[in-house]
Formats: sequence, C-alpha cells, structure tokens
Amino acid sequence: MAFLSTLFSQVINGLQSGSIYALVALGYSMVYGIIMLLNFAHGDIIMVGAYVVWMSTANFGFHPIVSILLAVVVSTTLGVVIEKVAYAPLRSSPRLSLLITAIGISFLLENGFQLIFGAGAKVVPDFLTGPSVHLGSATISFSAIVTIVVTVLMMAGLTFLVQKTKLGKAMRAVSEDMGAAQLMGINLNTTISFTFAMGSALAGVASVLYLSSYGQASPTMGSMLGLKAFVAAVLGGIGSLPGAMLGGFVIGMAEALVSAAGLSVWKDGVVFAILIIVLLVKPTGLMGKPMTEKV
Amino acid sequence: MLKVDNINVYYGNIHAVKGITFEVRQGEIVTLIGANGAGKSTILNTISGQLRSKTGSIRFLDETISTLQPHKVLARGLSQVPEGRRVFLQMTVEENLEMGGYTRSAAENAASISDVYSRFPRLAERRRQVAGTLSGGEQQMLAMGRALMAKPRLMMLDEPSMGLAPLLVEQIFDIVKELHAAGTTILLVEQNAQMALSIADRAYVLETGRIVMEGEAAALLEDDKVRSAYLGE
Ligand SMILES: Nc1ncnc2c1ncn2[C@@H]1O[C@H](COP(=O)(O)OP(=O)(O)OP(=O)(O)O)[C@@H](O)[C@H]1O
Ligand SMILES: [Mg+2]
Repeated sequence: MAFLSTLFSQVINGLQSGSIYALVALGYSMVYGIIMLLNFAHGDIIMVGAYVVWMSTANFGFHPIVSILLAVVVSTTLGVVIEKVAYAPLRSSPRLSLLITAIGISFLLENGFQLIFGAGAKVVPDFLTGPSVHLGSATISFSAIVTIVVTVLMMAGLTFLVQKTKLGKAMRAVSEDMGAAQLMGINLNTTISFTFAMGSALAGVASVLYLSSYGQASPTMGSMLGLKAFVAAVLGGIGSLPGAMLGGFVIGMAEALVSAAGLSVWKDGVVFAILIIVLLVKPTGLMGKPMTEKV
Repeated sequence: MLKVDNINVYYGNIHAVKGITFEVRQGEIVTLIGANGAGKSTILNTISGQLRSKTGSIRFLDETISTLQPHKVLARGLSQVPEGRRVFLQMTVEENLEMGGYTRSAAENAASISDVYSRFPRLAERRRQVAGTLSGGEQQMLAMGRALMAKPRLMMLDEPSMGLAPLLVEQIFDIVKELHAAGTTILLVEQNAQMALSIADRAYVLETGRIVMEGEAAALLEDDKVRSAYLGE
C-alpha cells in the first residue's frame, strides 16, 4: 500500500511538472511551425514572468490574481516585442542567423536580470493557496490540481483557437506555405505576431504554475526548464501541437517515475537520454510528420 | 487594367526578367508563353508583390501596386493561382476556400463557397477531406476555387495545365473560359502554347527574360516561327 501511494503521488507529480513542460513545449512548437526557428529565448520568457510575479506579490503586495494577469501580459508583450525587434528583420536571412539571434536574446535576458536583481533566487510567498484533496493515504496538493486543470483548459482553448478561428487557420496556412498564405491576403506580420503572443502567453501561465510548486525565481531558471520543454517538443514532433502536449506529459512522467524508483539524481539524465533516443530512432518525433521539403 | 512598364527582376546576380513591358485590358484573356526558365513565373510573382522589380512600375486600375505587400495587392482585386497549385495540403477543402476569402467577411464567404461548390461539384463532395488527399486535377480546381473566393477583377494563372492528363487540361481550360465569360479578366501563363493561344485574345512570347513577339493570339497561332518553336511543328 505504501508503495502504491508513493507511486500515486509520483504520478500526480509527473502530471504537474508535465503540464508545465507541455505549456512551454507548445510555444517552441508553434514558433518552429511558423518560422522554423528553435526559439532558445522562449525559456527565459518564463523567467521574466516569474520575476513579475515575485515583484508584484513580494514587493508591491498585489492580489495574486493581479500578479498572475501581470505575468501573462508582460510575457506576452515581451514575446511579441522580441519577434518584432530581433526576428522579423531576419525573416529572409539564413535560419542560422535567426538561431544565433535567439541564443543572444536568451543570454541578454539572463544576464540582464542577473545584473538588475542579482544571481540569487527570489523567494515568492505562497500565492496560490487552497485546500488539498485526500484520497486514502495519498494527498493531491492544491497547486497540483490547479496546474493540471489550468493546463488542460489552456490546451482545449488553444486547440479551439488553432482549429476553428480565422487567425488560427491563418497560422496553420502560414506554417504550411508562407508564400501561398500571402497570396490569400493573409498578413504575415500579424499572423507571426499572433503566434508569438499565444506561445508567450502560455509561457506566462507556465511561469505562474511553476512558482506555485517551486516558489522561487532566479535568472537562470528558464534555461533548464526551457531545455526540457524543448526536449518534450522534439519528442512529440516539433511543429506538432498535440505532439508538444503529449511530449510534455511524457517527460514529466519519466522524471517522476525515475524519482519514484529512488533514482532522482538521474532525472535530468533520463530526459536527455530520451532526446538522444528520439533523434536516433524517430527524429520526426511521436506525432511529427515526415519532413517535407519546403519551397 | 494592368500595366507593367519596364520591369527588371534579379535573383542575386541572375537577371531573370529584362525590361518587360506589357498590358492586360479589362475583359481580355492575355497569355504569356515561353519555355522553362523564360521568366513567366517571375513576372507573375513580381506583379503579386512577392518579388520586387529594380526599375519601372506596375499599375493596376490606375494605381501603382509595385510597392505593395502581397496581401495589399490581393485586396485591390488581383489574385494569383501559383505554379504547382500550392493548396494547403494539411487543411480541408473548405478551409482552403476560407483562406482564399481571408480578406472578406464570413457572410460573403458563405455565399462564395456555395458558388465555388456549384462550379466545382467535385470539391463539394470532398469538402471535409484534407487537400493532400485530392488528385492533381482536383487540387487545380481547388486552387482556382480558392483564388475565386477573393472575387478578383483580374486572375493570374501560372501553368494550370501542368502535370495534368489531356482530358483534364481541356476541362481546366473550359473553366478558364467560363470564368472569363462570367466577367473575370485573365492573365494566363502557359507552356502549353497551343491551348493557351486557342483561348486567348492576345499573347506575349517570352525568351530568356525578354518579350520576343506579341500580338493577337489567333495570328500567333498561325505564325511560322511560333509554330516551330512552341507548337513542335
Ligand atoms: N528562387 C530563385 N533563385 C534563383 N534563380 C531563380 C529563382 N527562381 C527562378 N530563377 C531563375 O530565373 C529564371 C526565370 O525563372 P521562372 O521561374 O520565372 O521561369 P518560368 O518561365 O516560370 O519557367 P517554368 O516554365 O519552368 O515555370 C530561370 O533562369 C530560373 O533559373
Ligand atoms: Mg514558372
């Protein structure tokens, strides 16, 4: 029984961290789908979102709801601004220039925040508090419930947006054939901005959910989180949104099960082992389409 | 209606279009014919705003369009069916049509979609299928239906007969004639000179980026030089 209840808690842990990876992985996949960029600055957007929550709760004492909204608004704006300022001018440059620019932005954000706020972690007071649920001898924390429920809602919302709305369809059209999409009268700038806005808004939500379980923000927090979410996106098939969702949960679950087996020091190693195996065995990922030649 | 005046288009060092001047008048079918690499697609892509000319100007309905982005050109009433159809293979037939009407309201699109379906009953049967599952001929119909969704004044078609069986080529050209009869002005790019000249009012013959002949389509169809170079006689 004790074993089962440990396993159960680890599954919940896996779903909770998997939710966060999935939300972040969606941002990588959407951006890759539309402009073929591995946006290495994406993880740092989460870091910025986390600092916004810290500032507004710990420093200004805002209501949690206000801090959450602020974090989402700031992350979204930051993502859109980065695209406009740094990536849009390189739209017809080689993809490598774009990739290097993204890495540069990532360094800029990490070092900038370190300069302003110091390298140490900032403790964020508990801001998402509520009752936990007891099932037999196992307990599901309030933050786990919120994280999983919010993530599922976000995924449903995003799926609706991408499948059914005009802008969502334009996004799919641009990812499939940018030139043909322009001939339909689709405005590329608007559509690409919209994609960055969606991806960064999800990163903002992820930053809040991350803080609800880990409770601290640091300048480099985005890099490991971002890297693992990137692995999730590759595992699911980069460019595929259902793939990113699945990949996130698989990575979260793999980490949790490794911990449950008492091997938590191997957590990170397992994630990167998964990356290597995917790249060797099925580079297009679980749900990715075989690479088609883009003209 | 469309006046192209002295355009020069380059790909890096490659001078693909060399001082081309031509026009399309309201109500005409005009065709540009020429061999592979003559510069036909380059000209259409420049008119639709995907490429830029180093010189000259392009005017449509008495306004300069050579500085506009593609979505603005389309909004003026000029749509292009690109070479190789370029339908969105992972989207359904109906979604492809919706994309064609992107600049129009949902109500206008609902009406246009049923127009397209009555013109192309095959598409109606396959409305929920993704375009990747259509045959080449059906994809060409979809590409044309998609371009019609924008209610263009002038439609540019880039090699609509490419890769289709003779019977389907006939069918596609019949559709072009119908569209024209319904009031759309047509600029048609073709390698199939025989077919193109037989439906066009006027034609321009291109060779390595230059216009080498122009005139009434019927006259070119009888011309010895054209017959030997483009009609394989
Ligand atoms: N993206 C490109 N980069 C470099 N050169 C190009 C590019 N596209 C076309 N060209 C060159 O420009 C010239 C004109 O090409 P274009 O595609 O306009 O010819 P076309 O008349 O449409 O030929 P086809 O009948 O084969 O479609 C060719 O010499 C071609 O090699
Ligand atoms: Mg061509």
